[in-house]
Amino acid sequence: MTFSFEILLLILLLVTAAGAILVKDLMSAVLLLGSYSFFLALVWAWLGAVDVAFVEAVVGAGLATVLFLFTLFETAPKDGRLRRPPPPMAALIALPLLGVLLLYAAKDLSEFGDPNSPPSVHISPTYLERSFQDTHTPNVVTAVLMDYRSLDTMIETIVIFTAGIACALLLRGKSS
Amino acid sequence: MIQSHDSIIVQSLGRFLIPVVQLFGLYVLFFGQYGPGGGFVGGVILGTSMVLPILVFGLGGTRSRLAKRALHGDGIGMLIYAGVGGLCLIGGGEFLNYAHLDIPGLETASRRSAGILLTQIGVAVDVAVTAVSIVLSLASEEVIEEPQNE
Repeated sequence: MTFSFEILLLILLLVTAAGAILVKDLMSAVLLLGSYSFFLALVWAWLGAVDVAFVEAVVGAGLATVLFLFTLFETAPKDGRLRRPPPPMAALIALPLLGVLLLYAAKDLSEFGDPNSPPSVHISPTYLERSFQDTHTPNVVTAVLMDYRSLDTMIETIVIFTAGIACALLLRGKSS
Repeated sequence: MIQSHDSIIVQSLGRFLIPVVQLFGLYVLFFGQYGPGGGFVGGVILGTSMVLPILVFGLGGTRSRLAKRALHGDGIGMLIYAGVGGLCLIGGGEFLNYAHLDIPGLETASRRSAGILLTQIGVAVDVAVTAVSIVLSLASEEVIEEPQNE
């Protein structure tokens, strides 16, 4: 029974993604993108990545939708072109080749949940066993993110800060 | 200028929901060490709890004052995060090695826990302020220009 639920979720993911690209009304496209994020959050939760699901639901389905809507209010809510321009020939040839290449390379990745894959052999067990003694933090994800990989998180915070500054520089003060 | 929404349903619901959203954001922020959540998600929820009053009550509303005030705090989150790293340096360790935070009365693991909490607050402040700032930039609002009486 759970199997059909997973298939249904993935089909909905594909349908909403295709709809967001193909639909003419940009407002509907934004809402479809929001629902896509929500289904993606469900997929993450189903895979057991609750923290990622939380971020996807809050940022993808919540904040990003609001930002897109604000952009639409300032610009045109309709895709005004009568027909979309056809994609260039080079892209039609190169992109499927790239896809085949990526699928070929994906064979080298370890299987999902494989206990003998390199990350499951030493990195994950070390974090799982030692993070509570090291940091007194029951949530391993938080311990890895904020302590073991703290510098990465700091650079990510700088990226967000830079995004805010760039938006303010580009968009504010234009009317005056 | 964003005007206030004239529907009574939206206004009453906003009046009820905004404190709940704020409380939930703080919960997610401070319980990120015990459950799913953390600084990033908590910051986004706190940011939306500051954007919501602007959408419901307009930019001139009393409840939107917090968002306008928050705009002045751009960069404070980064300061908290990097400041914790600097305190670790002062304590004699590496940058962002929370075990060297000089908090008396705490063992090493609890110091690391405190360091995680402090940096999470830094991330949350940064993300919340950035969310409000981007939304107000997209709405092309002039908010910083408050009349200065000299």
